[in-house]
Amino acid sequence: MIKQPSLLSRSNIVYTVIVGVLIVLPFVLDSRTMTILLTQFCIFAILAMSYDILLGYTGIISFGHAMFFGIGAYTTAIMLSDFGPTVGIFAASIVVGIVLSAIISVISGALTLRLKSHFYAMFTLAISGLFLVLAEKWRTVTKGNDGFTFRAPELFRERLYFYFLVLICLVIVFILLKRIVASPFGKVLIAIRENEQRTRSLGYKTLGYKIIASVIAGVVASLAGSLYVISLRFVNTSVLTMDITLDALMMTIIGGVGTLIGPIIGAGVIEFAQHYLSGLARDYPIFERWIIFFGILYILAVIFFPRGIVGTISSSYNGWKLKKGQKKTVKLIEKEEIQQ
Amino acid sequence: MEPILKTSNLSIKFGEHKAVDNVNFEISAKHFKSIIGPNGAGKTTFFNLLSGELEPTEGDVYLKGQSLRKKSSVDRTRLGIGRSFQITNVFPNLTVLENVRLAVQSKRKVRFHMLHHFLKYKEITNEAAEILEQVLLTDKMHQVANQLSHGEKRKLEIGMLLALDTEILLLDEPTAGMSLEEVPAILDVIRSIKERGDKTILLIEHKMDMIIDLSDSIMVLFNGSLLADGTPEEIMENETVQKAYLGGLAYE
Repeated sequence: MIKQPSLLSRSNIVYTVIVGVLIVLPFVLDSRTMTILLTQFCIFAILAMSYDILLGYTGIISFGHAMFFGIGAYTTAIMLSDFGPTVGIFAASIVVGIVLSAIISVISGALTLRLKSHFYAMFTLAISGLFLVLAEKWRTVTKGNDGFTFRAPELFRERLYFYFLVLICLVIVFILLKRIVASPFGKVLIAIRENEQRTRSLGYKTLGYKIIASVIAGVVASLAGSLYVISLRFVNTSVLTMDITLDALMMTIIGGVGTLIGPIIGAGVIEFAQHYLSGLARDYPIFERWIIFFGILYILAVIFFPRGIVGTISSSYNGWKLKKGQKKTVKLIEKEEIQQ
Repeated sequence: MEPILKTSNLSIKFGEHKAVDNVNFEISAKHFKSIIGPNGAGKTTFFNLLSGELEPTEGDVYLKGQSLRKKSSVDRTRLGIGRSFQITNVFPNLTVLENVRLAVQSKRKVRFHMLHHFLKYKEITNEAAEILEQVLLTDKMHQVANQLSHGEKRKLEIGMLLALDTEILLLDEPTAGMSLEEVPAILDVIRSIKERGDKTILLIEHKMDMIIDLSDSIMVLFNGSLLADGTPEEIMENETVQKAYLGGLAYE
């Protein structure tokens, strides 16, 4: 019997509970710092999900993902500062950022996605490096390394409103990406990750799929960048650095690649761990070097939970279900033997 | 009658070694031809040239009279040349049903559809389930492919090939590495494809009883060259072929 997707599936209930918690949390915690932290978490969750489309679903390792985040960030910052801080300009800047990211990801994808994985990874690093240099040198527009502050639209000065906007974006992006990966197109992406040569021999032109995957990832990362600068009301070249890509990579790996919900959980773990570990530095000087602890945490996570939090939980759950099923079968056989 | 597939002077060189040397071959539609030859004779390389995995250094492949020189392996699959692989080549972490469904999806040209859940495409899933029935894998439908036995993986390979529904099937040693008990099931599957009579089949095999049982004709490759081509009886009586198999002919 082939199961049809159900709206009331276990995973849909879990997702709804998570969204419910995220809606209630800012009222329960009732602190500006926490609202900002939750906003950052949602933004990085969007970025990490976009990275999961590449790494988890298509099997592409990119070291240049920050480029799209940076394009969104700079587009929004420049447009708001030049044309005025209105919601309309903000919406337009998101669209412009998305279009620019789509164009750049098509061009860079067509040029580089034919390459084998490690060469592709190095090329993406080089291309994003070019964008970083461009942002540093084009001072008239970007103000270089120093960056610039700008005014956010009036509506988003209320941190709670902005948090809810970001949360809505997170939910929409999650639903859209979930739909895409569960579609026939998404199944081909997974096939490419599993065995690209075999996918080609089934008649799929894999380059086109990889380019579309990189466009989807780039566009979503650009949206995350646009939201990120609104939360800071400041932009500088740090939005284009390797750190952003590494954050997305670690969030995806720690949460669980190829799951979409994993990167959201990974973003939560990393954002909150960063916040609390750096907070501990006030009482315990050793935590001034919290990034070292973080490095150790990463190494341990990759060694002991290579499938990430969600991957480990779901494989343990499946193992438990299998054992339960086997026990049930054994009991049934025993019962039949007794009856005989 | 014009052959559905033919090669002219097909050759490929790896360095100084000619793995396939000037092979002129043809097969007419709905014909079953087997390719035999000792290990290293160039059989799989010949398949790779037909399916577009490798580019010939000389010569060409023609499908219904049309040159395939500039056609990639993807194009050739779409034009009607499907192949199975000697080394099992499935999607290891996908279920058996998902493996076959990907092939059905390709055949039905459901390629870039991204707004509906794949289970909404019931006809694809149903067709995949029917094919699994044909290759005797219905009970393994929801199992992950890398949990299958070697023989079952070979059946899955054939299932994926059938799902593509190409006019020409290239079967590369479908019984390789199988236990004796597993062979009859694969043989039955291939026989049933042949009996349906709508496919042109090229089979690489070492099991002579199977080849004689199934083939309309047999071609023999040796050192990359075409040594003989004829009916099973002609090939069995051919002295040069016997020498090649018994080791009377030296490798160059």
